[in-house]
Amino acid sequence: MKILVVVPAYNEEGCIRGVIEDIREHFPDGDIIVINDGSQDNTSAIAGSLGTRVADLPYNLGIGGAMQAGFLYALQEGYDAVIQFDGDGQHHADQIGKILAPWRSQEADLVVGSRFLSDSGFTSSVQRKIGAKILSFVVSSLTGQRITDTTSGFRVYGRTTLEFFCSVYPEDYPEVEALILAHKKGLKIVEVASEIGPRTGGRSSITSSRAFYYMIKVLLAIFVDLMKKID
Amino acid sequence: MDIVQLISLTVSITIFVVVIELIRRSHLKERYGLIWLAASIVLIIFSLTRSLLHYIARVIGIYYPPAFLFLLAIAFLLVLLLHFSTVISMLSEKNNRIAQEMGILKTRLNDLENKMASGSSATSGEAKR
Repeated sequence: MKILVVVPAYNEEGCIRGVIEDIREHFPDGDIIVINDGSQDNTSAIAGSLGTRVADLPYNLGIGGAMQAGFLYALQEGYDAVIQFDGDGQHHADQIGKILAPWRSQEADLVVGSRFLSDSGFTSSVQRKIGAKILSFVVSSLTGQRITDTTSGFRVYGRTTLEFFCSVYPEDYPEVEALILAHKKGLKIVEVASEIGPRTGGRSSITSSRAFYYMIKVLLAIFVDLMKKID
Repeated sequence: MDIVQLISLTVSITIFVVVIELIRRSHLKERYGLIWLAASIVLIIFSLTRSLLHYIARVIGIYYPPAFLFLLAIAFLLVLLLHFSTVISMLSEKNNRIAQEMGILKTRLNDLENKMASGSSATSGEAKR
């Protein structure tokens, strides 16, 4: 089984080294590709100096476009699964085994690591907590299964999921929408508890003040997705 | 034929000729030119037969016939703008895919170059992937 760890990174020069070393230490079986999404800093050079494969996108496509580049690469190179591992250091590579398990046992086409399923001591602002609750409620109702961490970017994608997401993948803030699309496509989604820490550096694209705007936008996008034709 | 009619006919025919010429010089793709051609033909028809304009306006219930022309023009612009929006969406999607493929290709090229460099310099012949 060939497994590719896709690390989307946009201006993560402070974190990228730690992320790659973490993955190499705890998941030596996987290949790594850093998708440098048009960073203006040294993300690409630092990743390259560590001997990692780096795909430099010519300009910023957003996390959705960057991940899709990873999916394309994985399919072209014949990988069986992709692990999404964000470049900001909030995911821990020692959790990879845990989120791979449902895919290995063929119970899932899409595995989501959830910070809320176990008490991992993850704290965030009130706005974010409320937003996460609302999104979780909406997605759980629509998919008919309980999903606690809809925005988690710590995921495993199996081959059928990769093929599907190569043709359809939302551009910005894709995580929540991807769950709805995957459900509509009939893919099996499994959520597992995983520790997800705070980012080790850099800045999130979603500030607290923008959390509300983010939620409204995602909710709207979900309803558009519900109407979308999927074949 | 009164002056107004003459002016509107001249303008309509000019639009028609300009669009044809743009297509001929490939400054305008046929598929985007068709909608303009259709619009200019409608304009020509209405310039030639003003009675038709008056008739349609009366049937629809528009008391001031030129208002019907404005209605047509607005409808045409709406359709055109919607068409442009779909074209822009399609282009941005294709644009994304090109950027992704380009990133991937550069990576593969790098891999290949590294492989060749280590293959030619390595004495052991064992090149690390």
